[in-house]
Amino acid sequence: MISYDDVTVGTELPARSFPVTRADLVRYAGASGDFNPIHWNQRVATTVGLPDVIAHGMLTMGLAARAVTDWTGDPAALRDFTVRFARPVVVPDTDEGTSVEVTGVVKRTLDDHQVLVDLTVSAAGTKVLGQARATVRLA
Amino acid sequence: MPLDSSFVGRSYPPTPPYEVGREKIREFAAALGDDNPVYRDPAAARALGHPDVIAPPTFPIVLTLPASAALIDDPELGLDFSRVVHGDQRFEYHRPVRAGDRLSCVVTVEKIRSMAGNDMITTRTELADESGEQVATAWSTLVVRGPEEPA
Repeated sequence: MISYDDVTVGTELPARSFPVTRADLVRYAGASGDFNPIHWNQRVATTVGLPDVIAHGMLTMGLAARAVTDWTGDPAALRDFTVRFARPVVVPDTDEGTSVEVTGVVKRTLDDHQVLVDLTVSAAGTKVLGQARATVRLA
Repeated sequence: MPLDSSFVGRSYPPTPPYEVGREKIREFAAALGDDNPVYRDPAAARALGHPDVIAPPTFPIVLTLPASAALIDDPELGLDFSRVVHGDQRFEYHRPVRAGDRLSCVVTVEKIRSMAGNDMITTRTELADESGEQVATAWSTLVVRGPEEPA
């Protein structure tokens, strides 16, 4: 488990890549209770002007959180987490789907063993989250 | 039609308690592909000092999304849900959500504004357990996309 003394400004979190397929969207819809058809029905998605079915923003946020909680070990270290949904994660109807890429860097150290982590989250080469930032309290 | 800005400051009554179950946490973690044992194994959770399995950080959306239905469906607000996209989301954690919690939500309208032809509404949802202890605070901004140019 990572400790406050192991971390300085500029410390990078392990880069992560999370595959996302249509089946993952259906599973997330069921688990979260968000059955908006733009996340599983191409006809509805294109009718409302989207290029294709898109992932739930909260699924993308959940994957971004994994990059932090896998780094800290105990997810309870996460004290504050904020994201802006800048661009949709388009999930094509293929076996591979797409993937959500997450990198993170310690931006600032705070008192009480806390650090600010800035995350960069992208899919298909495009940044999908803006201002993705976590406050983490380390041991 | 712009959203009714007199809704700012309005709070809705606490939702009936939602009982957080181990299997629901396991299902939610699996949907994120997350096999962290702290979400599945009470012994692993206890080893980290938690009384039972805890929930992934974005789990509160399971409660806060239905909690905001009272507001979103309020005809006086005039929100067209088919034009809504999720603009931003923030969680502040006072302690992790864990199995056995019975949590209520209080939704408050914090901000309504217009930007570039879109209406934006920000809600703050307080999650508290049965003893009244604050567990987490969630902020959501919904963006209501303005009418498109005729094709």
